[in-house]
Amino acid sequence: MVKKTKSLNLNFGPQHPAAHGVLRLILELDGEVVEKADPHIGLLHRGTEKLIEQKTYTQALPYFDRLDYVAPMNQEHAFALAAEKLLEIEVPIRAKYIRVIFCEIGRILSHILNVTTQALDVGALTPSLWGFEERETLMTFYERASGSRLHANYFRTGGVHQDIPTKLVEDIEKFCRSFPKIIDDLESLLTDNRIFKQRNVDIGLVTKKEALDHSFSGVMLRGSGVPWDLRRSQPYEIYKDLDFKIPVGKNGDCYDRYLCRIEEMRESVKIILQCIEKLPKGPVKSIDGKISPPKRDDLKQSMEALIHHFKLFTEGYRVPKGEVYTAVEAPKGEFGVYLISDGSNKPYRCKIRAPGFSHLQAMDYLIRGHMLADVPAVLGSLDIVFGEVDR
Amino acid sequence: MSKSLISLEKLINSELSSKIQNSSIEYDELLIEINENDLIEVIQFLKSDENCKFRQLIDIAGVDYPDEEKRFKLVYLLLSHENNNRIKLSIKFETNQTINSITKIFPSANWMEREVFDMYGIKFKNHPDLRRILTDYGFKGHPLRKDFPLTGFNEVRYSEKEKKVIYEPVKLEQNYRNFDFESPWEGTKYLKTINKFEKDGKKN
Repeated sequence: MVKKTKSLNLNFGPQHPAAHGVLRLILELDGEVVEKADPHIGLLHRGTEKLIEQKTYTQALPYFDRLDYVAPMNQEHAFALAAEKLLEIEVPIRAKYIRVIFCEIGRILSHILNVTTQALDVGALTPSLWGFEERETLMTFYERASGSRLHANYFRTGGVHQDIPTKLVEDIEKFCRSFPKIIDDLESLLTDNRIFKQRNVDIGLVTKKEALDHSFSGVMLRGSGVPWDLRRSQPYEIYKDLDFKIPVGKNGDCYDRYLCRIEEMRESVKIILQCIEKLPKGPVKSIDGKISPPKRDDLKQSMEALIHHFKLFTEGYRVPKGEVYTAVEAPKGEFGVYLISDGSNKPYRCKIRAPGFSHLQAMDYLIRGHMLADVPAVLGSLDIVFGEVDR
Repeated sequence: MSKSLISLEKLINSELSSKIQNSSIEYDELLIEINENDLIEVIQFLKSDENCKFRQLIDIAGVDYPDEEKRFKLVYLLLSHENNNRIKLSIKFETNQTINSITKIFPSANWMEREVFDMYGIKFKNHPDLRRILTDYGFKGHPLRKDFPLTGFNEVRYSEKEKKVIYEPVKLEQNYRNFDFESPWEGTKYLKTINKFEKDGKKN
């Protein structure tokens, strides 16, 4: 006698606490084993690329905060670099250091969120409570530099918006001295935790070749043993003068990716401390008046400054014709901007390469044959944020 | 990095001479223009050749030039970890042409091609699952085409009467204000002239 079985279709999301946003996953289940996963994305699609085509370069920048909203400044960085490449302008050295400091703060922000919510997904509540306290501290640093906790809009073409006060630098340093202890605490909760290991070790395995074929980047790639980090291999800003390690995983499972993220946080702290130590004095934005706005004092004194100010905030600046691709190592992987300029004051086309898009695409392949309960664990380790996947 | 790019450009030009329409290095980036029919072969070559080793597809970007005869452009961004190189591959084609899908070579091209299809309406041959990806279920039109209005055609709201979310044509309280900086007065040519002057100055 042959017993007929029917596979079960399950709708996971779009509103599900473990979906990390608005993801609708259509799962085909055989008992408790996932046979197929079909992610439906785009529920948070806001047409960022279309909007950017209608805005001047200065106005386009804030849209990047809203992509991966857990590490806003890293995204801004990619766009600022692209525009700078087309304009062929130099960024003052102090601005480079400030940018790196805030990019690494962004990395810690993102990794805290990911590590702790991944733990939450597999049943540990405490790490998220401890982690979010630190995130709050980091976001006050964002606020003190840019005026807002999340959507910073701090990086500008040719530098950063404003200089940071000395007190802030001191406070960031103080934080960096105390933060490794917090990472230790988090690790004591998770790294050797039997339940955490059971839920993550050997789950969501990715081999080297598959990681390459599926366009993985960032931790997803390094977790599988590919030593590739844009900060090291195609260094931008001042990364080549800094001393840091690139943690690389061995097995390519969820647990290795977790370990990589923890190590990366420690390295980020080191990078920030080095930057603070070396932080030079000087201007923080390009001195070219056609690109960056004049000082407020000058507006009252100088006619030229007034004209520059008016032109910059109405028309913006024009960017020479050309097309460039710039990529930065965002916390989630390679975040790239492919910018085409037609010589006017608005980008002709701005394609955003979000790492999460490729990672989520591999969901079907990663989860096939796993149990239903592994779906949140794998999803957690992919580090998905829907702001950037849906754009 | 630029030295290896020049040698790479030479190598690709000699190996694929008949297929390359144009190649250039600008802003330290190598751009190669090819015919859309040669796409599969060229990408296969770039992926498998011992000296190229472009093992990773970074992204596929569509571009719309409504005034040109060959309206659409697709740019394939490839990355080689071994040689630490990037390459841009571009094809240009007319509105109704179908392009060969590269999902067989790079599985990750699946969603990227779906996105291009969704945003530009470009169809791909032999694509396993060519559906819309980012836009709404039942969406009409292709939003990133230049002739698609920024506001779109439909808006959604919850109707208290019908007790469900309904679609309506877009109503704007105020017209969308699109300031044209190109025409009135003479615009600003100063930036361009200054740039040109500086460049000339450097050359001399």
